[in-house]
Amino acid sequence: MAMTDAHSTGIGSWLTTVDHKRIAIMYFVVGFAFLLIAGVEGQLIRLQLAAPERSFLDPDLYNQLFTMHGTTMVFFAGMPLVVAFFNFVVPLQIGARDVAFPRLNAFSFWVFLFGGLFLYASVPLRVMPDGGWFAYMPLTNAEYSPGPGIDFYVLSLLISGVGSIAGGLNFLVTILNMRAPGMTFMRMPLFTWMALIVSALILLAFPPFTVGLIFMLFDRRFGTHFFDAAAGADPVLWQHLFWVFGHPEVYILILPAFGIVSDVIPTFSRKILFGYPVVVFSGVLIAFLGFGVWVHHMFSVGLGPVVNAVFGGATMLIAIPTGIKIFNWIATMWGGRLRFRTAMLFAVGLVATFTIGGLSGVMHSSPPADLQQTDTYFVVAHFHYVLIGGTVFGLFCGFYYWFPKATGRMLHEGLGKAHFWLSFIALNVTFFPMHFSGLLGMPRRTYTYAEGLGLDVFNLISTAGAFIFTLSFVPLVWNLWRAWRRGEAAGHNPWDASTLEWTMASPPPHYNFAEIPAVDRRDPLWHPYIEPESRREGDEPGGVVPRQQPEEPPEPVVMPNPSYWPLVLAVGMLLMTIGGLGSLGLTLFGLLVTAVGLFAWAFEPPFGGGVH
Amino acid sequence: MDAEPYLNRDFPETHIDTPLRRRAIAALVLLLGVLISQGCGGEYPQSALHPSSDSAEILDRLFDQIFWWAVGVFVVVAGMLIYVFVRFRERPGDARPKQVHGHLLLEVGWTLAPALILVAIAIPTIRAIFIIDRSTPDPEALVVEVIGKQWWWEFRYPELGIVTANEAHVPLGRTVDLRLRSADVMHSFWIPRLAGKRDLVPGIENQLWFRPDSVGVFHGQCAEFCGTAHALMGMRVIVDEPDDFERWARANAAPALTPGDAEARAGQGVFMANACVSCHAVRGTQAMGQFGPDLTHFGSRLTIASGVLENTPADLARWLDSTQHVKPGNLMPEVELSDAQVRQLVAYLGSLR
Repeated sequence: MAMTDAHSTGIGSWLTTVDHKRIAIMYFVVGFAFLLIAGVEGQLIRLQLAAPERSFLDPDLYNQLFTMHGTTMVFFAGMPLVVAFFNFVVPLQIGARDVAFPRLNAFSFWVFLFGGLFLYASVPLRVMPDGGWFAYMPLTNAEYSPGPGIDFYVLSLLISGVGSIAGGLNFLVTILNMRAPGMTFMRMPLFTWMALIVSALILLAFPPFTVGLIFMLFDRRFGTHFFDAAAGADPVLWQHLFWVFGHPEVYILILPAFGIVSDVIPTFSRKILFGYPVVVFSGVLIAFLGFGVWVHHMFSVGLGPVVNAVFGGATMLIAIPTGIKIFNWIATMWGGRLRFRTAMLFAVGLVATFTIGGLSGVMHSSPPADLQQTDTYFVVAHFHYVLIGGTVFGLFCGFYYWFPKATGRMLHEGLGKAHFWLSFIALNVTFFPMHFSGLLGMPRRTYTYAEGLGLDVFNLISTAGAFIFTLSFVPLVWNLWRAWRRGEAAGHNPWDASTLEWTMASPPPHYNFAEIPAVDRRDPLWHPYIEPESRREGDEPGGVVPRQQPEEPPEPVVMPNPSYWPLVLAVGMLLMTIGGLGSLGLTLFGLLVTAVGLFAWAFEPPFGGGVH
Repeated sequence: MDAEPYLNRDFPETHIDTPLRRRAIAALVLLLGVLISQGCGGEYPQSALHPSSDSAEILDRLFDQIFWWAVGVFVVVAGMLIYVFVRFRERPGDARPKQVHGHLLLEVGWTLAPALILVAIAIPTIRAIFIIDRSTPDPEALVVEVIGKQWWWEFRYPELGIVTANEAHVPLGRTVDLRLRSADVMHSFWIPRLAGKRDLVPGIENQLWFRPDSVGVFHGQCAEFCGTAHALMGMRVIVDEPDDFERWARANAAPALTPGDAEARAGQGVFMANACVSCHAVRGTQAMGQFGPDLTHFGSRLTIASGVLENTPADLARWLDSTQHVKPGNLMPEVELSDAQVRQLVAYLGSLR
């Protein structure tokens, strides 16, 4: 039955855990730490730009900082925080006891962690990458970036990418195969739906990027010519490989936030989601179209009028499903009974600020208009509205929503609201002026700007906003500390929400469901309040059985064994990665450790010592 | 089991939200006011919103159109949000609201309305693409070759036999047809008041054109990250009256003048005896370096080091003293020069008009 191990809390239990809830907590803690680090980097950037011609940072350090800021935020803060929510919420929402491949899940976490640590090993060594998160060739080749900085970028993204692809596969299989009886596709909560879509996106978007990174590695280390114009190759190929990943990556970061908000708004409006199928399919459509728009990052490359027209048009199309979601959220609130808890504030904050980011996005979907906007602060404003106003607000929304479930403690509403309002103000004060500075002629990735361009006031306001951002973390940290010390008990369902994760105690037992629930409709906990759409489903109050999980499992539960092998495998890959900096011996040793880890993993009994 | 025991649980709540919110909204409105008043007045030499050519004008008009559509959509969405917040806030004793699954007509409506707006944006967009992204149809256009280098610009006028750096003169009213190439990494050519960006891609020749409609000095800079001194890769395009342009072109096509005064002649000696000659060309002398900017008519330029400093004797001396301090990362080596040599060089370079 193997339940004893799960109650242990020693360090060994964390190193070997395959429990999706514990892995979620590790993802969250590490992702949040990287969020803070990258936030500090952003704050330093703003300090340098507070006034024209400052020399607080030298240009090389500045270039390293914006590279680390972008790379960290996307790969080591945004992605892991999204995956933290997948891990914690998806199995609970679909009525499963864990993910499909629990050890693979642990492995994904360890390689992600090692990728992040490896990238940051460049900081004490003072060789941070400085080619931007987009690392355009040929600036990043061995001739123009001879130091090891870019190698840290390439290798850290290669190793953490393995974890991302494994994670995408894991959640795809989990959602397809592990749903509780009766949990049909069209009964899945919206967050699970978006997790399904995003898993597919990860699986399809990361391979071209991985190929690009390997090409880059070969060009840099082995003298190949994949991106070498002098040898007849086209360096623009890198841009295609990067953005055919990079644009879906944006949806990898935003769709989970949309999913969270689509669960939270109905809960705090006390009204089911308006137009559920439309919200689901608009998410599918965004993901699908997301693969056909990457050239809108390259309108100034000069690919010709036909290419630009096609990709501009495709980009505009994305505004339609996005708009549908926004209107459906408003329609959900329309006629509801809105409870402005912190999670709800972040949700409606997302609707408001994401709308601004979406509309500026429409402005540069038009290729000619984009020729004045691309690579300026206008675009910086746009994607921070999308990634903070969308992704970060969505993740905070989910954080305030599921924190009681994950910890069994309530957060303080007053502190939560202070956090929301400070970050809402900070977002607008920091990034709204950037629309102006961009259109008035400030390019991105410049460590300084001349006096007399009229950009001084806008930059000063932006820097002030960044300070408010830093300040906004005070109530959050205070709130966490308070919850730790004397948070009120959460109970099973503090928000009176409608989905399966609220049927069990908080925090959930390690097996999640003492009894696998049977579901017969959407929003199962809100029946019998909801009138069925048509009468053919019958009049009996349905929903889910049992409505509240029993204290003890009626039958023995078999859970997967903890295992060291995912960690060993990840260590082997880390050694190979470090070896990639120039040590063949270390690479071969890493390969050996990896092989040992793989075989041991393969022959290890996955469940409770075999048969019970 | 019933879910009721978990309904309506209240948790300690301070009412920090109301005054904070009001202050927040007031602050944002104030901010918006400041920004708009800032954005409309003042001098913006590098602004995309103050077009001075046919090409920039097309982009600006298109942007205006899209901008107002966006404002319209935002007002509608924000209005609905505010209405919803006020009207549907839960009040004590409220019962559970009526549950609504959806509404086909409404949903079709808010699918079609944005689609129609997008069509209204797409039509002028596509029209503009097929003007902007094509070569200029003007056979009389003045061809200027632009070569981006870390971290400066070379301008070549093949029909006029001029090679210059960081500052291009063009005549008012004549289409300028730029041929863009890169000598090293990606760069992007951007003079916002005259044209949108076009990247300089190694191995490819790109085109960009515009016909300026007013005289003046137009600021621009590299817009694609290209390494250490990317921020200081500035340039100027100077639009002259046709007569002034003719004069400039004639002067700049000629070889360098032999310096008249003794100090400048001494400076020429310093120039030719030091590392300067290996990178810089001064046509008419034995200096034929190709790596750095052509200095044949350096004295007639407005700025030094691609727009970093004004071209004054004092600033030129500063530049020669410590190039790495003025423009960190630039590829001009620091040459050991005495104060007297710097003075002589300043006199020589200033004489190259």
